[in-house]
Amino acid sequence: MSHVYPAARGHPPLTALEEIRLEVGAGEVVVVLGPSGCGKSTLLNLIAGLIRPTSGTIAFVGERADPGRPLTAVVFQEFALFPWRTVLGNVGFGLECLRLAPGEARERARQAIRLVGLEGFTDKYPHELSGGMKQRAAMARALAVDPVLLLLDEPLSALDAQTRTLLQGELMKLWAATGKSFFHVTHNIEEAVFLAHRIVVLSRRPGRIREIVPVGLPHPRDEGVRLLPAFAATVAHCWGLIRDEAQAALLAPEAAPWESPRRAGAGEP
Amino acid sequence: MSEPRHPVPDRSGLLAVRRHPGVSLAGIAALLLAWEAAARSGLLPPLFLPAPSACALRAWELLANGELPRHLAASLRRIVLGFALGAGAGVAVGVATGHFGRARALGQPLIAATYPIPKIAILPLLILWLGIGEPPKVAVIAIGVFFPMAINTHAGIVGCDPALLRAGVSFGATRWALVRKVLLPAALPMIFAGLRLAAGVALLLVVSAELIAADSGLGFMILNAADLLRTEDLMVGLAALSALGLLFNAAIGALERRLVRWK
Repeated sequence: MSHVYPAARGHPPLTALEEIRLEVGAGEVVVVLGPSGCGKSTLLNLIAGLIRPTSGTIAFVGERADPGRPLTAVVFQEFALFPWRTVLGNVGFGLECLRLAPGEARERARQAIRLVGLEGFTDKYPHELSGGMKQRAAMARALAVDPVLLLLDEPLSALDAQTRTLLQGELMKLWAATGKSFFHVTHNIEEAVFLAHRIVVLSRRPGRIREIVPVGLPHPRDEGVRLLPAFAATVAHCWGLIRDEAQAALLAPEAAPWESPRRAGAGEP
Repeated sequence: MSEPRHPVPDRSGLLAVRRHPGVSLAGIAALLLAWEAAARSGLLPPLFLPAPSACALRAWELLANGELPRHLAASLRRIVLGFALGAGAGVAVGVATGHFGRARALGQPLIAATYPIPKIAILPLLILWLGIGEPPKVAVIAIGVFFPMAINTHAGIVGCDPALLRAGVSFGATRWALVRKVLLPAALPMIFAGLRLAAGVALLLVVSAELIAADSGLGFMILNAADLLRTEDLMVGLAALSALGLLFNAAIGALERRLVRWK
């Protein structure tokens, strides 16, 4: 599968992803790791159906017991909570789209809110919540629709370092509690090693799979795993893979085209 | 001997604009007093500018004899009808040009071409089409309100955070759900800014239309008073327009606080 952004307004066409061949197993946590501009968010958006691949296909394989069950749900880096809806309203959004009966929708929304530990904040608006609580609400919104695959697009990158570490632990608990497949995109190596069964290391522009690194630490993991020599060794190995590319990204300050709002679809006023 | 100390200068005053509610009241009171004094001393001939006390007295009379309520009601009816029609159409068109490619391609050049026409210049054409009764007055207000509403709604829709749009789409929202549950709420603050602009336009147009062809309304009342050299009546008409404008602003503000609670 590959994706090329077409030429537009002074930008030449740009190959974001090339020859990506990847499978995610049931209940597996796959973390895509790469420097900025490697197309890892593009890959996630392709899987979410928000971008159309230039060539190749993306498919879920197997019988669908419930055809109404969504294939994917996304937790976005910038939370993307609707500011005019309370926590309960936000978590209920996806359920409304599934056309569930209001009673069942509310019950499932409350369940998801309990799962992320936000009970007591159901009637708060996003602007009343801290960054960490906002992202919990966004996780509850995605989990409430019970997707086959949960897509996490740098979900912790907008948070401070301490909150990020805490929420990495929360994500691990959510995975253990739901047994879902996670497809998690990040540029944070420790986060990748802490969460992943397998780490997919992408190279920079055009994004190709540089190496798939299996993480040989038992799941579910807790804080203690960060102190193990195997953890440090895997971190060092991943850093070795992306170090040069991260350096190159540092010296190429232009924004990638998919990060520029012009291409994101906003028209002229 | 101790070392010399250098206190940090307090520069915080440069950062703050303080509130002075007393100054506002005092300013208005001083203006009214000066005006009253000038009128009483004969400095201002009553034909040009009657004293505020005389205007207030006349306002009371016009209220009591039903003249002012009659004209106020006539103007208000035209504004409310025109406003409802124009704002409804404006929001619908703004959503269409903001979010749908075909509607944008079709609507944007049309709006750009017709927007610069001073709306009052269309009134003769509207009278030709609709006769000289209420319909052309309501129509000219509707047209005047349409533009700021369509343009602001469009801007609000286009300015919707793309992340929210992607979130809506990713959760499987239909086109209609996207408009109703994501784009319209996102555009609401801009829509309210449009309502404030439109309120000013509506007031301007109702008076203009009533100055041209009417036998009721505040515009007619003002013109008639000038013809009869009754400056007090004219001043009462102007004060009523000011009150109407303040009322609209307060009503829109109250509605906004109810509907845009997340800001």
